[in-house]
Amino acid sequence: MKIIVLVKHVPDAQFDRHLNGERYTTDRDESILSELDEYALEAALQLAEARGGSKAGNQVIALSMGPAGAVNAVKKSLQMGATEGVHLTDDALAGSDAAATSLALAAAVQRLGQDGPVDLVITGMASTDGETSLVPAQLAERLGLPQVTFASSLDVDGERLVARRDADTTSETVEATLPAVVSVTDQINEPRYPNFKGIIAAKRKSITTLSLADIGLDAAQVGHSGSWTAVTSAEERPARTAGTIITDEGDAGIKLVDFLAAQKLL
Amino acid sequence: MAKVLVFIDNPGNALKKSSLELLTLARSLGESVVAVNGNLNGDVTATFAEYGVGTVLRPSAEDLDDYLVAPKAAYLAAAAQSTGATIVLLDNSPEGKEIAARLGIRLNAGVITDVVGVDADGTAHKSVLAGSYNTACKASTPVSVLTVKANNVIPEPAAAASTPETATVDVPAGSTAAAARITAREQKVASGRPDLTDARIVVAGGRGVDGDFGPVEELADALGAAVGASRAATDAGWISHDAQVGQTGKTVSPQLYISAGISGAIQQKAGMQTAKVIVAVNKDAESPVFEIADFGIVGDLFDVLPQATAEIKKRKG
Repeated sequence: MKIIVLVKHVPDAQFDRHLNGERYTTDRDESILSELDEYALEAALQLAEARGGSKAGNQVIALSMGPAGAVNAVKKSLQMGATEGVHLTDDALAGSDAAATSLALAAAVQRLGQDGPVDLVITGMASTDGETSLVPAQLAERLGLPQVTFASSLDVDGERLVARRDADTTSETVEATLPAVVSVTDQINEPRYPNFKGIIAAKRKSITTLSLADIGLDAAQVGHSGSWTAVTSAEERPARTAGTIITDEGDAGIKLVDFLAAQKLL
Repeated sequence: MAKVLVFIDNPGNALKKSSLELLTLARSLGESVVAVNGNLNGDVTATFAEYGVGTVLRPSAEDLDDYLVAPKAAYLAAAAQSTGATIVLLDNSPEGKEIAARLGIRLNAGVITDVVGVDADGTAHKSVLAGSYNTACKASTPVSVLTVKANNVIPEPAAAASTPETATVDVPAGSTAAAARITAREQKVASGRPDLTDARIVVAGGRGVDGDFGPVEELADALGAAVGASRAATDAGWISHDAQVGQTGKTVSPQLYISAGISGAIQQKAGMQTAKVIVAVNKDAESPVFEIADFGIVGDLFDVLPQATAEIKKRKG
């Protein structure tokens, strides 16, 4: 099986995150592999391992689009067990919205399919920075592939893929024929931690760097110029401040109701 | 006047509040056209008239629900093209966003999700990075596709009712060919409580409930609230994953959020810090949740919540 996993290098949500510059792009200084992409990688590794792993010719390719630092998301993926890494990087890609990102990723997926067809593209359910969940669906539309998104389970039998998709009021069983684009939720598995062996092995794995020219796109098709949306203003929300804190002396439940009544929330 | 296309998937017997919000917003931006999928009954048609809808469109195919996302996007693209709509509004559910995503590619249109307001010139407002920024965004394309969060518009019928025209839109042939099929659909048991994302009040429990959501649910029912949970509580299996509030769960902005036994780490904070009023109950005075609570109680939720529930019932008579 040849599986491409899309991984994104995102600002660590444990710290304050900021929008910078005249176009309000995300400050990526303190970045990590998006937590939600670890589930996608784990799902790919499990599918490959169930088929005999890399020894049996199964490939799990971690693909990241982003500036120089994004190579770290690829490296972490290799440590977890991806067989090879691809870093799509070009200054012209900066500021791409979902439409431009999906255009570049679709071109990269097609390029990676030149030396053997891709069976699956797996992504996380959303990035933890932009959080729009648009890219997997747009990628499927651009590639003309079935879209199986928000999968909380995933089985592949030959060319047939079966997934479970949980919504608020229903649970759906979804079937598609490979190749397909799949996004997985954080319910699908428990991602592994890179172990010492994995970290050592990753040093020997190759990372291919692709530029825009390599995937056959022009600078004008991506980045700010190729995007169909733009952020026109951004205002930092004032941080919440602590209000009244009391210690329960046996009547805190009553005081809580008094507070709600005073706020006209009852 | 600009045409604004609103997508309403399976309206059922009566339009949901979020659909009425979309219709109200659409009318403020131009002439509204509704594209429906599924059965259309008399009451729903009457509501469209009350909300001033000019045209109601229906798909030529009846099997769109058998497939995931793609054919619905193909239908809407055809609807937008045939009506010349320049703005398309959808709900902000996961499926709404995905239909919008594919529709955007089909129409070469910019897509903006999580919208809380739209200006007359099409500029959309949203909050990003877990509520830490408010941004304004605009599509640079002739058509914009916007998915709008619930509870940001007050539904209001039109001053004068309309007599909507109806028309059928041909769903492009082949739009189901490369689509994933939905082969089974299981209805989940309804809780009878308000929907978590739309609720005016949310009562949420975390690690501190230690497997017993009873006090949280009883307080929620006394307040007519939805029940939420931290990831620790859903991961422990104490409550369904659907109840999770936070970065990998739902983002809520209720009038009141009562947090019980939740430490309030960033993961949880990301999903609720835009609530109007936050109340926190936690045994640990050092919990980060107290840094953002308007009213905090250092105490045992198993004492405080039942006492509050009893007091609310007493006052409400």
